Amino acid sequence: MDLITELTILVLAAFVGFEVISKVPNTLHTPLMSATNAIHGIVLLGGLIVIGEATGFLDDFLLVIAIAFGTINVVGGFLVTDRMLEMFKRRD
Amino acid sequence: MYTASFLQDPDFIRVLYIFAFICFILGLRLLNHPRTARRGNRVAAVGMAIAVIATLLIESVGDYGLIALGVAIGTAVGVPAARSVKMTAMPQMVALFNGVGGGAVALISWVEYREALEHGGNPALETLIPILFAAIIGSVSFWGSNIAFGKLQEILPGRPIQLPGQQFINIALLAICIGCSVVIASGTESEGLFIVILVAAAILGNMFVLPIGGADMPVVISLLNAFTGLSAAAAGLALDNVALIVAGMLVGASGSILTMLMAEAMNRSILNIFKGGFGGGGTAPGATGDGEEKPVRSTDAADVAIQLAYASKVVVAPGYGLAVAQAQHAVRDLANALEKRGVEVVYAIHPVAGRMPGHMNVLLAEADVPYDSLKEMDEINPEFPQTDVALVIGANDVTNPAARDVADSPIYGMPILDVDKAAAVIVLKRSMNTGFAGIDNPLFYAENTSLLFGDAKESVQKVLKAVEDL
Repeated sequence: MDLITELTILVLAAFVGFEVISKVPNTLHTPLMSATNAIHGIVLLGGLIVIGEATGFLDDFLLVIAIAFGTINVVGGFLVTDRMLEMFKRRD
Repeated sequence: MYTASFLQDPDFIRVLYIFAFICFILGLRLLNHPRTARRGNRVAAVGMAIAVIATLLIESVGDYGLIALGVAIGTAVGVPAARSVKMTAMPQMVALFNGVGGGAVALISWVEYREALEHGGNPALETLIPILFAAIIGSVSFWGSNIAFGKLQEILPGRPIQLPGQQFINIALLAICIGCSVVIASGTESEGLFIVILVAAAILGNMFVLPIGGADMPVVISLLNAFTGLSAAAAGLALDNVALIVAGMLVGASGSILTMLMAEAMNRSILNIFKGGFGGGGTAPGATGDGEEKPVRSTDAADVAIQLAYASKVVVAPGYGLAVAQAQHAVRDLANALEKRGVEVVYAIHPVAGRMPGHMNVLLAEADVPYDSLKEMDEINPEFPQTDVALVIGANDVTNPAARDVADSPIYGMPILDVDKAAAVIVLKRSMNTGFAGIDNPLFYAENTSLLFGDAKESVQKVLKAVEDL
């Protein structure tokens, strides 16, 4: 994909992010922060892509750490958000 | 063979990515309402799973053993941490999860640069610039988040730590990062320089969070959250991966909005926060000047019980002190007892109550307080004049009328809960110490205010018992 297409997607994604999130009520700011935090764990994909091309022990070592970090970010983030949201209940 | 080639078709993988984006955006939308929020988080998680599976299908992705190892380590660390963390410790957990994300970005861009050097030198600028950007921001985010974690976990002192010439040092570090990046981008091939960038950015991350006081830490975490998102998007540009670009940017945008909302709620400019020195009991000019002992009216549990039980409307204004005392459940029990007597009980939640925005909602939800009893500041403030009793528990600065009335107060202009407009105000306090910001609170000396001293949990329990005995 060429750079201009990628930049177009980047800018549009930013606006989608602004629009979707500016409506979230204060009540949910902590879970929201935690959920978006989990979403940037998408960097995990970067580790998966680069490790296929990487050569040498140091590169492999660094990438295994990167993948582990990314996994902590994703798995931990979604789990902890779920734990928080599980507790939000209506008056019955 | 047919199946394999179809699965590995780049267009098929892009289509899967599109499904992942739909899940992310839909998930964030569902997070707009407490009723659907949990589903939203799960939808986003499904999106992430789709994105990961799609990426594993890419033809050049290999080394599945190492991938499995990394994922196994990450799961072994992440799952127990997420399962066992206490709700009060949520801000530092988010800081930590955010930090590892930034760390991953920095490591990936470092390896990406090493690989490029091995295969014929510096990559084209459209790849190189995002790599350098991702390395700097990722490294700042990792180290900054770690310091934020250390401060919130009280491994490091929460007060601002300032060095002489702090700002000069920060600017110099940033200049080193940018300078080395320019040298690399203009054709120099040097891994050494790249490492200098990573290290300078690491020190910058430390230096930029250390001078910031505990009260401002949520804004910092939110900003670093946005940073990590941006660095992930930059990594996406470098790796030509559209999933990283979209998801990273969604987070970059949301983190920026949250950061602004939080700063606004505290009436602090982002710039001021990063100059540091506030929010840790540093300087509070014009607040502690007069020095004379002003009279306060202290009360006892029995009297509080009578005031509450015969009120028709009670508004509870909880602060972080309530969570520190682990008094959420006791407060919920008290509210239930009052409701049984026909008293209307609601909670007034300041946007920055707790240690991050929305933190108090989570803490009260944990104690089974229904979310429709939690009222946001703008919604509840007009109701205080019709409120019989405002019960302030472990909250200080967010109820300080000086923010509204005293033009030379350091918190002047900060939006507050107008608890002082209620017919009676009862403040549960441990002692006469000033709050997080170190500023005296005229609310305590007001005519309609009485104070109940003691541990918040014990006090609430005593009041509950007195209500039940009425």
